[in-house]
Amino acid sequence: MKDLSYDAVMGRAGEIMKTSLGLDYDKYESGSIAFDYEQMMEDVSMSLDEVIGIQREAGVGNTPLVELKNMTDLVRKISEPGKGARIFVKDESCNPSGSFKDRRASISVYMAEKMGYKGVMSATSGNYGAAVASQAAMRNLRCVIVQECFDSKGVGQPEIIEKQRKCESLGAEVVQLTVGPELFYMYLRILEETGYFNASLYSHFGISGVESLGYEIANEVKERCGKFPEVVIATTAGGGNVTGTARGLIKAGATDTKLIGASVDLTGLSMASDEDFNKKSFTTGHTGFGIPHAAMPDNTDTPRSAARMLRYMDDYLTVKQGEVFYVTELLAQLEGMERGPAGNTSLTAAFALASTMSEDEIIVVQETEYTGAGKSPLPQLAFARENGIDIHFGDPDTDVPGKSIVLPNHPSMLKVRHADLDKVSASYIKNAVAEAGVSKVTEEDMEFLIAETRHDRAFVEGCLKDLGVQLP
Amino acid sequence: MEKIKAGTWVQVHEIVLKPEERTGKLPEDTKKVPLEMWVKGFLKEDAAIGDTVEIETLTGRMVSGSLVAAEPAYSHGFGDIYIPEMLQIGMQARAILRGEGE
Repeated sequence: MKDLSYDAVMGRAGEIMKTSLGLDYDKYESGSIAFDYEQMMEDVSMSLDEVIGIQREAGVGNTPLVELKNMTDLVRKISEPGKGARIFVKDESCNPSGSFKDRRASISVYMAEKMGYKGVMSATSGNYGAAVASQAAMRNLRCVIVQECFDSKGVGQPEIIEKQRKCESLGAEVVQLTVGPELFYMYLRILEETGYFNASLYSHFGISGVESLGYEIANEVKERCGKFPEVVIATTAGGGNVTGTARGLIKAGATDTKLIGASVDLTGLSMASDEDFNKKSFTTGHTGFGIPHAAMPDNTDTPRSAARMLRYMDDYLTVKQGEVFYVTELLAQLEGMERGPAGNTSLTAAFALASTMSEDEIIVVQETEYTGAGKSPLPQLAFARENGIDIHFGDPDTDVPGKSIVLPNHPSMLKVRHADLDKVSASYIKNAVAEAGVSKVTEEDMEFLIAETRHDRAFVEGCLKDLGVQLP
Repeated sequence: MEKIKAGTWVQVHEIVLKPEERTGKLPEDTKKVPLEMWVKGFLKEDAAIGDTVEIETLTGRMVSGSLVAAEPAYSHGFGDIYIPEMLQIGMQARAILRGEGE
């Protein structure tokens, strides 16, 4: 009988990872800060055409690209003459489990089947759980989803409770936990117990599956509008959406298209706090995940994450909770598309950004998600109001996460807010140095850090000097 | 208390880590509470709510814990209260599109 204590299981983490991923990540390591990211991505060992083929077979992808004409008109009504870019949305809710996450799950679950695993697992409270469950059902694999669900009073946000139902409706076993990072310990325990595949959000398989999204967008816009879009906006939490979409755009040749990340601003709320858990109205796609993942991408359930948002993001916008509920309502009321709020984070940023761009420019919002009980503005706002959150119309900039949700009292009040990517990049470099435990960097490290942060050599050198790290 | 029959679809609850067993990098409020888990499966032997029982999950795992519910239903919906503010958003946006002032 194996020792199932916390320390014993965490001590076996490396071994459990290797077995459950069918991959030894050590071969990508340089022994210092750098690791061979491109080689890891190449080891997916399938072309984008093959990825798309696997997805088509599973009913994934090829979702409608819808021009939001009324929302664009509304933007133009409140913008300076000549401003108001065309807004398109990729209706990813049309995927089998209702979100773009099916793309991510499809390749992982395909590989799990191919490698002979009997089942798959994932640690997620979001749409990804439903995606893994759905793909596993299609491929006759068993599935366990581990969710952070409740606070210490046993109360769960309606959105997460709905994800539990959805996963169960797709045949998965759901393990529900209270708040805390030790979820990883339970995850490892069950991976070890079942011998299932770790269908991680952050594996190279998962990210390669998202590439088809960027690829489809680039090609479809080119075909319909005669050019690639100027901007593609992706909601970001762990960075996989941004990374995969950007890689797909590049593979389609849309190298001048800007890839912008967007997250809901939850500044001030702790993600590991029992008391804060139910004070947030967005359970993902927020800065509480986005900023730490950008600054510390490898703090995931794989030894190295394939999701590396600083590498691919041209800009990072933040939006307020009240703005996202507002825009979710606009999408339903003006476009006849009722969709889940979390997926509309990027649409919210697009709405604000469009009024700063010219009318002949194109912004593509690259996802929507399904909606329903628990996962819609009404239940989520009702839950917030019942938890003492003050919901009112006003200036969204006055919103205090955990205390208030301010619905804009006019569409012109939605704003473009840029996150400080220099600051995030500097903290990325600090974390990378600390993680590797080095006092001197190699030339390979320098090149790696430049690619990882998309900054120039002078910036990276400056950060390293500030940290007292010796240059090569 | 009425016994729940073996084979019934049930939910169990278990304390995974007691407060003193939790790891270091946690906010103070989380450190004070245990890490708890809920799992569903088929009850192995007749038992009453509150009993420590064993269940077999959908993937065939055997899990033990305190029996908390038999045939648990989903109760989430569209909120217990209505949010009237949501009504205003579409009405205002439509008016702006029609050019009816702001």
